[in-house]
Amino acid sequence: MRDEHGIQAEGLARDFKGGIRAVDGIELAVAPGEIYGFLGPNGAGKSTTVHMLTTLLPPSAGTARVAGFDVAHEGQQVRAAIGAALQEAALDPLLTGREHLRLQTALHGMPKAERTVRSQTLLERVGLTEAADRKVKTYSGGMKRRLDLALALAHEPRILFLDEPTTGLDPQSRNALWAEVARLARDEGVTVFLTTQYLEEADVLADRVGIIDHGRIVAEGTPISLKAEIGRPSVEAIPAAPADLVPLARVLERFGEPVPGSPKGVTVRLDGGEDALADVVRALDVEGLHVSHLQLHAPTLDDVFLAKTGRSLEGAGDELEEPEPVPA
Amino acid sequence: MTGHGPLLLQVSQLARRSVLRTFRQPINVVPSFLFPLMLLAVNVGGLRAAADLPGFPADSYLDFALAFTFLQGALFATTNAGTDLARDIQTGFLNRLALTPMRSAALLLGQLAGVVALALLQATLYLTVGIAAGVRPESGVPGVVLIVLLGVLVALAFGAIGAFLALRTGSGEAIQALFPLFFVFLFLSSMNLPRNLIEIEWFRTVTTINPVSYLIEGIRSLIITGWDAQALLLGFGLAAGIGSVALAAAGWALRGRLARS
Repeated sequence: MRDEHGIQAEGLARDFKGGIRAVDGIELAVAPGEIYGFLGPNGAGKSTTVHMLTTLLPPSAGTARVAGFDVAHEGQQVRAAIGAALQEAALDPLLTGREHLRLQTALHGMPKAERTVRSQTLLERVGLTEAADRKVKTYSGGMKRRLDLALALAHEPRILFLDEPTTGLDPQSRNALWAEVARLARDEGVTVFLTTQYLEEADVLADRVGIIDHGRIVAEGTPISLKAEIGRPSVEAIPAAPADLVPLARVLERFGEPVPGSPKGVTVRLDGGEDALADVVRALDVEGLHVSHLQLHAPTLDDVFLAKTGRSLEGAGDELEEPEPVPA
Repeated sequence: MTGHGPLLLQVSQLARRSVLRTFRQPINVVPSFLFPLMLLAVNVGGLRAAADLPGFPADSYLDFALAFTFLQGALFATTNAGTDLARDIQTGFLNRLALTPMRSAALLLGQLAGVVALALLQATLYLTVGIAAGVRPESGVPGVVLIVLLGVLVALAFGAIGAFLALRTGSGEAIQALFPLFFVFLFLSSMNLPRNLIEIEWFRTVTTINPVSYLIEGIRSLIITGWDAQALLLGFGLAAGIGSVALAAAGWALRGRLARS
């Protein structure tokens, strides 16, 4: 199934009414068979990008090709090549899982016998055989997401778009979905474009990560290379007595530059790397400062986001709502 | 599978979904059967003396009033169809469909299949109740078939209006909010009295320009007159005209709503 085309975008932009630029000239190159994590806070432009790449929303500027087809002018060909599970499982609560799959496979033009077999295969693959004939309104959030994935795979697409697929899922359901997505890329060569606001998801699943903020890609690379850019770990210390916060900061700043952290403590990026931790402990002991909490943080994708935007990813988009795609 | 899929298969699958959805929501379906019959009972109970007016075209007020139930039933079908489509927009289900090779026409026709199924059952029930209560359609058995056909056509036309409004607003609440406005159109028609017996001039003028009057009178003519070509032409013609315009408008709204390339 491996395809010679993946996803390319050049200067892709989308404006909404009121002069809101949700996506501001992004460049993308996703290789066939790659899992690309599109990481950013709420309102960063992730869903708008997915809507443009899946032909649901015309770009205001720029171009994009998906599976070798232009999203603006070859929409039918793009749609035939892709599967998509968009934000919020878009299911009909009054239909059963099997009825959803029959409808989806029929709309893709499969013959009846093939529809039945394909539906059963997908139900088994996502572990919904027993619930197949129950109405979707009785499904849990995890079951809905699994059905959503099965529907996206109904016509064996070469490229899969998953828009925040694990939002609201319990850890078990999330892990099961991650395993299936990884299997699809590994065993079937499916290209996966995955948006997420969860650092762990991008870290675990993605071959490469693009970090988007305010409609622009601010960093891109493998999770390892991005974290290596940030380089040094940080240490966070919270004094046992709140009055010791200032002397504690004075001591820690000898070992590196301060970075944002808990307001109850002090966090510094260690100039000497992990090896400096022992020196920090000794220095605190010499100064007679007692701490209730001392933790070494290896660089994370959140640190990358922080370094690139000056803000932490967690809560960064709480004040923003990405505009819903609406007809012009 | 790069082109649009076969229209007939798409329509049949979407129609199946629409019918399943319609009848899996008894809370929406039951009132569309009962309320028109309840209003009929109230009207007949309160206005039966109108049949004694000189020039009243029927022997009993029930014969005269039965036609209105079809229009009221169609109005319920409108809001049900519109609300279902608006819900598809709100939940993102329409986007799911838009990502398949589905044709726009298939979505509209399939969506209206639930309206047709419901209207068929409604018409059968209203006629059965009417006949059980003593109504004897003057046009006989062929007329009964035409009554059902016109009832379904009116429901289809109203359903297309519901679909258009749903596609424009994308809000089930907006459709529900418009229900009283539609109801005003029904009451400003010849539902309760023949137009020539309405003495208040402005009201007679409104009922004369209100197309709903002619939809009612088309069905009514088959019950109380027999075969009135003018009434039937006006009834069927207006229902087909309203339906065509509403379907075209819904198709235009759907293209804007999908906005897919």
